[in-house]
Amino acid sequence: MQYTEVMVRYGELSTKGKNRKDFIGRLAGNITKLLNDFPEVEIHPKHDRMHIVLNGAPFEEIDQRLKRVFGIQTYSPTIKVEKNLDAIKKASLELMQATFEDGMTFKVNTRRSDHDFEYDTNQLNSIIGDYLFANMDNLKVQMKKPDLVLRIEVRNDAIYISNQLLKGAGGMPVGTAGKAVMMLSGGIDSPVASYLALKRGVDIEMVHFFSPPYTTDKALAKAKELTGILANYSGKINFIAVPFAEIQEQIKEKLPEGYLMTIQRRFMLQLADRIREMRGGLAIFNGESVGQVASQTLESMVAINDVTSTPVLRPVATMDKTEIIKLAEDIGTFDLSIEPFEDCCTIFAPPRPKTKPKLDEARKLEDRLDVEGLIQRALDGIEITPIYPNQKFMDDQAQIDMDLL
Amino acid sequence: MIYFDNSATTQVYLAALDTYEKVSKEIWGNPSSLHKLGDRSHQLLEASRKQMADLLGVQPYEIFFTSSGSESDNWALKGTALAKKEFGNHIITSSVEHAAVSNSVRALEDLGFRVTVLPVDKDGRVDPDDLKAALDHETILVSIMGVNNEVGSIQPIKEISQILEDYPNVTFHVDNVQALGKNIWSEVFTPRVDLMSLSSHKFHAPRGVGILYKKAGKMIKPLIDGGGQEKALRSSTENLPAIAATAKAMRLYLEDEKKNAEQEAKVREKIIAYLKDKPGIHIFSQDNDKFAPSILCFALEGIRGETLVHTLEDKGIFTSTTSACSSRSGVEGSTLSAMKVDDSIATGAIRLSFDPSNTLEEADKFIDIFDDIYQHFAEINHLK
Repeated sequence: MQYTEVMVRYGELSTKGKNRKDFIGRLAGNITKLLNDFPEVEIHPKHDRMHIVLNGAPFEEIDQRLKRVFGIQTYSPTIKVEKNLDAIKKASLELMQATFEDGMTFKVNTRRSDHDFEYDTNQLNSIIGDYLFANMDNLKVQMKKPDLVLRIEVRNDAIYISNQLLKGAGGMPVGTAGKAVMMLSGGIDSPVASYLALKRGVDIEMVHFFSPPYTTDKALAKAKELTGILANYSGKINFIAVPFAEIQEQIKEKLPEGYLMTIQRRFMLQLADRIREMRGGLAIFNGESVGQVASQTLESMVAINDVTSTPVLRPVATMDKTEIIKLAEDIGTFDLSIEPFEDCCTIFAPPRPKTKPKLDEARKLEDRLDVEGLIQRALDGIEITPIYPNQKFMDDQAQIDMDLL
Repeated sequence: MIYFDNSATTQVYLAALDTYEKVSKEIWGNPSSLHKLGDRSHQLLEASRKQMADLLGVQPYEIFFTSSGSESDNWALKGTALAKKEFGNHIITSSVEHAAVSNSVRALEDLGFRVTVLPVDKDGRVDPDDLKAALDHETILVSIMGVNNEVGSIQPIKEISQILEDYPNVTFHVDNVQALGKNIWSEVFTPRVDLMSLSSHKFHAPRGVGILYKKAGKMIKPLIDGGGQEKALRSSTENLPAIAATAKAMRLYLEDEKKNAEQEAKVREKIIAYLKDKPGIHIFSQDNDKFAPSILCFALEGIRGETLVHTLEDKGIFTSTTSACSSRSGVEGSTLSAMKVDDSIATGAIRLSFDPSNTLEEADKFIDIFDDIYQHFAEINHLK
């Protein structure tokens, strides 16, 4: 069976008043980018729905990608037929046979915007219902909450038939909420926070701190590959690698152990903020979860957040670790996140970091360093890499070796 | 050549051997090393573990590698007994277990554990009611095999599991070395099973890999201390080439499990049909679903099993006697003696054990050759 188009419903966009047009335009743009290797596909954004005309493209593959597009509430693969009864019958039967499993209940639901069509909604409901009944075994009609609803839409140009209502990713089209930077480590939390930021329509760029030779190429590759997984939800994401070793060495050499972590974090946040400014972002996102580690106590957040007045948003701030892990598994970042490579947060982690650092003390200690010089040198060393959906950076030798099993 | 001794060992698959060779040559780093050679080995080790776990329907962290099925049995029994000795000292097993289990139990008996050995019926099966009666508040461990290696009887693991549902603190071990790939997995491996042993060379992998499934959370002490491999429960550098080859062989072996078991059953059925009702022939492996399709044990009265094995060997057919030793004392500990088969008959027993690669033509050829032998010995023994 060949679907002819996919009907997309917007959901949350309907509440956005006069901005609606921008949202729909952005969503259409995002979908166009995502499907650009299917040149035959046509995208028609309309006021209340979007029609993706397949022109022979395989729905199964399109489906895999649409699932992850934020801003889509639901969508339905649809068959377009000519406006006559036989065509409706034939397509309805095919659709039902393709999706029916023994014991399912169904009903027919007709809508008619072309009132000149010779049958009205009730007539069509009963004619098609009777026809399906006569041609399929074990089919049961149920008016309330049936398993399958066969929708027949009679429009001016043609008739559209569908019987599946697939759930989209929800949220807002990426880009509709502006740009921001995301502080991405290689752990479990920050990829989840990235996903949640994207879901609210924020166009993010990743800021990742790396510290060779203390951290390895693999740690960097892992962060890039995590970005590749997240790019499934937004298309391309820029990855900004910031060299951080010199700052860490200076802090370790010159400052007392208890404040190492606090001062390091202050530098990271400052760097993220400077990069945000350079790149035209409006906010900073990170994966902090309240109370999870020493740097994430409210006292620590006060001492660290002091370096900027830019909004610092923390999508997973109130989530439990188990909730975060569940989401990481769902979005496909968990297995990679738990790969054990030292990252820059762990290499100079003091054994007894202050969980209640004092803001004044942090400021005073930091003054002993050449803050501006260190920050400038780090900014001079940044590398920006565009990363595409599912792009691989890890040594994929393991994948090749799997063929031995 | 006709090879009917697959319960002793199977011929290694060339594809598994290929994996063994490639891994030995190319992926030779120590999985515990930090550098990238070690990392590559580590990844392959874990991928092998995952593949086996998926095939067995368990979690990767429940799979441990040892060096043999015997080691897995030893570890299961001794490791559990040592870990749980404060909770009780009673162990229950059957009278038809492989020596790796029965001798481990004997060793534990010497250490002061109390042991109940359950009898079997004429088909070599434990009566679940006997187990029920033997359980007491001191029982810490029950070890019953899945498929008997001598006559092929399938133990009532399901019923035993049912009984043990009421004894959640009793660790349940099943020696499934002979049971993998016989299309009876749900009979011999239930969710109640806590420990389960397998051996690589019984399914066409190179020898030298044992597998112990240990349900998450079950207590066990290591028998081999050292560098802390296998979550510090079974130290020693992992035998990666053999482990990877085992993962591959297991996949290939289980791919067509149902079809394979049917093929074995057909071969067995054909030979049983011939042997049946022949004067002087005693068949111990019944042709029903209480027996694995891979094993056929029978005796020719008045002729020692050893003699039969060698006579068949001269004609190019490879089989076994049921116990390694054909002396009187060998029969004593055997499954047949536990089944109360008279010694004079038990000494005449041989075991044919099949593989999916055995054909009906081979069965015909066996029948042809055996029939000559049978006619000859039947005459000498006045069996007709």
